[in-house]
Amino acid sequence: MSEHALLAIDAVLLIILLTTAIAIARQRNLFAAAMMTGLFSLTLACLFVLLDAMDVAFTEAAVGAGISTVLMLSALALTEYRDHPTSRGQHTLALLLCFAVGGLLMFAASEWPALGAPDTPVHQHPITAHYLEQSQQEIDLPNVVTSVLSSYRGYDTLGEVTVVFTAGLAVLILLLGVRRDNHEEDDA
Amino acid sequence: MDLGLINGYAAVALLMTGLYIVLAYDNPIKRLIGLSIFQAAIFVLYISMGRIAGGTAPILAEGIERYSHPLPHVLILTAIVVGVAMLALGLALIVRIHEEYGSIDEQHILELEREPDA
Amino acid sequence: MTPKSNSAVLRVVTKQIIPMILLFGLYVQFHGEYGPGGGFQAGVIFAAGFVLYALVFGLDNASRAMPARALFKLAPLGVLLFAGVGVYSLLRGYAFLDYTAIDPHDPVHAQHLGILIIELGVGLTVFSVLLLIFYAFAGRRRADSLTHKDMG
Repeated sequence: MSEHALLAIDAVLLIILLTTAIAIARQRNLFAAAMMTGLFSLTLACLFVLLDAMDVAFTEAAVGAGISTVLMLSALALTEYRDHPTSRGQHTLALLLCFAVGGLLMFAASEWPALGAPDTPVHQHPITAHYLEQSQQEIDLPNVVTSVLSSYRGYDTLGEVTVVFTAGLAVLILLLGVRRDNHEEDDA
Repeated sequence: MDLGLINGYAAVALLMTGLYIVLAYDNPIKRLIGLSIFQAAIFVLYISMGRIAGGTAPILAEGIERYSHPLPHVLILTAIVVGVAMLALGLALIVRIHEEYGSIDEQHILELEREPDA
Repeated sequence: MTPKSNSAVLRVVTKQIIPMILLFGLYVQFHGEYGPGGGFQAGVIFAAGFVLYALVFGLDNASRAMPARALFKLAPLGVLLFAGVGVYSLLRGYAFLDYTAIDPHDPVHAQHLGILIIELGVGLTVFSVLLLIFYAFAGRRRADSLTHKDMG
C-alpha cells in the first residue's frame, strides 16, 4: 500500500474515532454511550491493523468491543443509566482546562516526528536492532512481540498478570464478599 | 502541514475529549468512559510511534527487511488488558456505591452525606 | 441476568459460532509464537466466547459449562505457573525468569519451552479473571430488588 493511501485511510479512521468520542461526550443516555464505546474500540482496532500492530488490534477488538462493553452494560443495569445534567459553570471550567492542556500538547505535537519516519529515536535506538535481529539467535521465534513480551520483558509481564489477578480479586471481594455479610445481617 | 503529523494531533484531540468528559460530568460511569477514551489516546500515540514507513508487522519472514517496532506493541498490549481489569474494578466500586446510597451522582451523594440522619 | 433469549436465529447462530471462537482462542494461544497472538489475546478471546454463551443461554447454563469454582482455581494457577518458572530458574542457579534453566544444553529450545509455559499461565489467568468478573457483575441483582437468593 502506498504511503498516501495509508495516510488517507488513517485520516478517515481518526475522524471516525474523534466523532464517536465527541458523540459519547454529548450522549445523555449512558446505554447508548456504552454501545458507542464498543464502536470506538472496533475503529481503534482497525487503526491498529493499519499501523502494523496486529497483536494489539486483536486484543483491542476482543477487550474493547467485546468484554468491556458487556461489563459496562451489566454495571449500568445494576445502577442508573441517566446522566444528571451538571452546572454550566462546571462545563465552562472543564472546557477551559482541557483547551489549556490540549493547546500545550498541540504545540508540542507540531514537533513530534511524522508517522512512519525512520530516523526517530524509537527506530534509531540500539535495542530496536537487538530485538529484531539478535532475537533470531537468542530465541528464534518469528513473532518478535511474543519474544519481547515473554522473554526480554518477562518481569514486566509477570507484573501485569499479577495486576490483572489482583484487580479481579478486588472486584470479587467487592461484589461477592460484602454481599454475604449483608445476608448474615438480614438473617440475624 | 505535514500529513504525517495527524496521528499526534488526533491523539491530543482524543485526550482532550476524554479529559473533558472526566471533568464536566458527575456520573462516575461516564467518567470511566472518559478515562477509557483518554487511555485510547495514549494507545494511538504509542502505536503511531512504533510504525515505520514501508515496514510491516513485527513477525519475521523471508524477504522483508523493515518491521515496526515491537516494544510499543508489547507495552500497549498489556496496557489494554490491565485497563479492562481496572475498568471492572471501577465499575464494581460504582455498583457498591449505588447500593449504599441509592444513587451514583456525586452531588447527590454529597448532599446525603451532609444530612446527619440520612 | 436476563433469562434465555427467545430468538431462534440468535441461539442457532451462537451455537455455531462458539466452537469457532474457542478453537480460534486455542490457535491464538499456541500459535502466538509464529503469528499474531499470545496469552493475553487468547485469554480474552476465550472469555469472550463464554460471555457470548452466557448472554444468549443465560448465566445458569454458562456456569454449568464453566463453573466459577474451577475459575477460582485457574486464576491463581496461571500466576503461580508464571512465577513458578521464575522460581525454578532461581533454584537451578540462574537469574529469575531466565528460561535457560529449563534446558541448559539447548538455550534456544529452553526459550521456546519457557515462553510456551508462561504464555499458558498468562492465558489461564486472563481468561479466568475476566470471566469471573463477568459472572460477578451478571449474577448480581439490583440493590432495590435484593432477594435472599445468592449466586453462591
